[in-house]
Amino acid sequence: MEIIYLLVPLALILVAAIVYGFLWAIRSGQFDDMEGPAHSILMDDDDRPTDAGTENQLNSQDNGD
Amino acid sequence: MGISTEAVQQLPSTGAEGPCFHCGLPVPEGSNYSAEINGIDRSMCCPGCEAVAQAIVAGGLNDYYKFRDTQNATGRELVPHFLDELKLYDNPKVQQSFVRHEEGEGDDVREASLIIEGIVCAACVWLNEHHIASMSGVLDMQINYSTHRARLRWDNSIVSLSDVLAAISRIGYLAHPYDPGRQQLLFEKQRKQSLRRLGLAGIFGMQVMMLAVALYFGQRSGMDAGIKNFFQWLSLLLTLPVLLYSAQPFFLGAWRDIKNLRMGMDVPVTLGIAAAFIASVIHSITGSGEIYFDSVVMFVFFLLVARHFEMAGRKRAAESSEALVRQMPAMATRLVNDREEVIPAVELGTGDHLLIRPGEHIPADGIVTKGRSSIDESLLTGESLPVSRSTGEQVIGGSINIESPFTMEVLHSGEDTRLSGILRLLDKAQAEKPRISLQADRIVSFFVGGVLLLATIVGIYWWVHEPAQWLAITIAVLVVTCPCALSLATPTAMTAATGNLTTLGLLTTRGHALETLVQATHVIFDKTGTLTRGILTLKDIRTYTDRTPDECLAMAAALENFSEHPLARAIIQYAGDIQPPVVSEVSNVPGSGLSGKLVSGKLDGDTLYIGSPKYILASTQHSLDGHELAHLGENGDTVVILASRQALLAAFILGDECRDDAAGVVASLQQAGKQVMLLTGDHPQAAQFVARQCGIEQVMSELSPQDKLQQVKRLQQQGAVVAMVGDGVNDAPVMAQAQVSIAMGGGTQLALTSGDMILLSEQLGHLPAGLEVARRTLSIIRQNLLWAIGYNVIALPVAAMGLLQPWMAALGMSFSSLFVVMNALRLTRMPARIPNRGPAQGGH
Repeated sequence: MEIIYLLVPLALILVAAIVYGFLWAIRSGQFDDMEGPAHSILMDDDDRPTDAGTENQLNSQDNGD
Repeated sequence: MGISTEAVQQLPSTGAEGPCFHCGLPVPEGSNYSAEINGIDRSMCCPGCEAVAQAIVAGGLNDYYKFRDTQNATGRELVPHFLDELKLYDNPKVQQSFVRHEEGEGDDVREASLIIEGIVCAACVWLNEHHIASMSGVLDMQINYSTHRARLRWDNSIVSLSDVLAAISRIGYLAHPYDPGRQQLLFEKQRKQSLRRLGLAGIFGMQVMMLAVALYFGQRSGMDAGIKNFFQWLSLLLTLPVLLYSAQPFFLGAWRDIKNLRMGMDVPVTLGIAAAFIASVIHSITGSGEIYFDSVVMFVFFLLVARHFEMAGRKRAAESSEALVRQMPAMATRLVNDREEVIPAVELGTGDHLLIRPGEHIPADGIVTKGRSSIDESLLTGESLPVSRSTGEQVIGGSINIESPFTMEVLHSGEDTRLSGILRLLDKAQAEKPRISLQADRIVSFFVGGVLLLATIVGIYWWVHEPAQWLAITIAVLVVTCPCALSLATPTAMTAATGNLTTLGLLTTRGHALETLVQATHVIFDKTGTLTRGILTLKDIRTYTDRTPDECLAMAAALENFSEHPLARAIIQYAGDIQPPVVSEVSNVPGSGLSGKLVSGKLDGDTLYIGSPKYILASTQHSLDGHELAHLGENGDTVVILASRQALLAAFILGDECRDDAAGVVASLQQAGKQVMLLTGDHPQAAQFVARQCGIEQVMSELSPQDKLQQVKRLQQQGAVVAMVGDGVNDAPVMAQAQVSIAMGGGTQLALTSGDMILLSEQLGHLPAGLEVARRTLSIIRQNLLWAIGYNVIALPVAAMGLLQPWMAALGMSFSSLFVVMNALRLTRMPARIPNRGPAQGGH
């Protein structure tokens, strides 16, 4: 059972890492919007114009009108 | 998902009967606006929605219509004055208050926070982010779906802020820059701290529990003394952060209570935690006896969970009042020696002279010094028609100048304005605790006193009879009877309900509103703006010559184009695309009518008159006979007459329409056992007409505000609990008299102050839904209180008899609190049923 004296401190190091990760997540705003990301994943960007031509067209749409 | 959204889109696509594809409002007959979406021509209700839909399609963002799960805000109000105002946001002085510039970035990189109005579903977020991010010069645009706030970073040398705001309004949303005030930052900080406390208690709690399980089984099957001691010290070490950091609020709360000689729930919590911890430390040192570290962390964790939920709800309530702050514009045009300068509105002082252009919000309370205009004060006074203001008359900050420019002198600015006063009242109301919650608090304080007394007695008893057990039993008593469930029973349910109601567009501003709404026996409606739209529409055209109604309408529209009066707007809107003839030499007699010479058309050269019957009689000597006139106006409608020099041409009948859902709402309120009444200051015909349409039997008309007050008092003396639904300024005293009042959101600020609830959505249909939520809330509160009391009645004697270990007590208490919180959270999951929303949108 002596192995426990090694395993438990190892577990504690892991806990420390988790705590650090958690504090980082809060600080960096990972919990700020709990709803949006869940929805945004459903909307893939397939239809988003990627080539430069369409993009310019889009911009002119924005600035003109 | 694909199938169901297809189903949603199988709305009638042409013809006037179907609702607007963009916003879902009915398409007015005879209008012809449409946009091609995904290859199908969809009808639109107004040029606003048409423009918005076309901008979305042109931007290649068709997908938006596939993914949205709610219809949009209408584009009707978006088009006019708002766009002109945007330019002002480019002024560096104005930008001072809300634009940040990061050090170390390019000179022109700016960052601002925006509030985006009109976001109803995740598709809106997607649409906005994609539309704006694709503009050149925009570096980053992120929208928080929960709060509708956006963070925008852009390069000022390529694109200006007003361009971005205009692009947002082009797809049908309204964006305002905002200054994330101190309160907002404070909330944000509190929320993060609460999450940190909760998370740490959870993480460390799990470790302690794990060790506790090992110790528990070790006790049964034998455990090496060294390992046992090691585990105990480890538990102590892991409990320390929870105790020192996570449990802090309880200690502070208890200290505050003791200092004020009060008994709150924090006192026994702190005593329980402290006793259990100290005893455990002693036992760890001596190596004999139980340790209760697991009970301590579990206790702290579950209590924090409950508090976190409560705080989140409070924040949501506070956000709603921020919407009103936006009524005050961010900037003003000050006149100094006839020179214009744009300054932030916060810098305004008494005595400043301001220039107010049409379409602008008035930035402060003051007096008109030059000019005359009509002003939309509907938000502040409930007067749905613009009021005319000329030199020497007062204007109110937050109202909107409609017609022509004028100058004003500032009397009150900033915190002293009427709007700010109203906001303060609203804040105060929100801080108020519901009656049922106050009752619970009182019970809790007696309860806590009782528990402490009992714990002492139990402790002394066991100390005398069985000294080895006394500490464990006393801790068990303190922990198991923790009044958490009792204190949490009400606020969590209220919070959950408030959240649910807010999604229905029903804002609760007073604590007692839900309770009283359920108890109400009478629901009294006001007419204008409540049962009716409060917006004039053209109902009928009568012609008196061989000219067709369309010809008359075209001529009327030609003249009315020169007026900003709401009657004129209604006629022009109805005329829609009909090409009006050209008129010249138009003269306008404000408040009476207009005349002008026809340049083209059949009556070329003739002079046309349009206006009130009186004006027509005075200018052309023609008039309708009194009987006919009375007949036309019998439903309380306004009659506008078109005449030429030779003859009366037509009469236009304009009136206020009943809201679509009014009849349904009245019926479902009656079904819920409420008496529905209509009290109005309008004349009897108009009242009867509306009452008939809505199915209300008890009608009283031509009531002055005093009369209304008397009627409500009379009902109350007969034992009725009155709920008043109103809108106008005249309603404010009546709404205060009624036990519970509901103000229509578009209505007056004054009514807001006395409105216990505010129907922000302006959809009457949400009222019965809100009533249902309120009813369920009360029943859940009762269940919770019953549970909390019942639990204590059973658990207390068991603990006092020494049958419970502290860990069992902590588990029991935690379970009891959690049960209460979970039961309350059922309210948030209750489907918000919104009538009149077209086909069911399954699959979302």
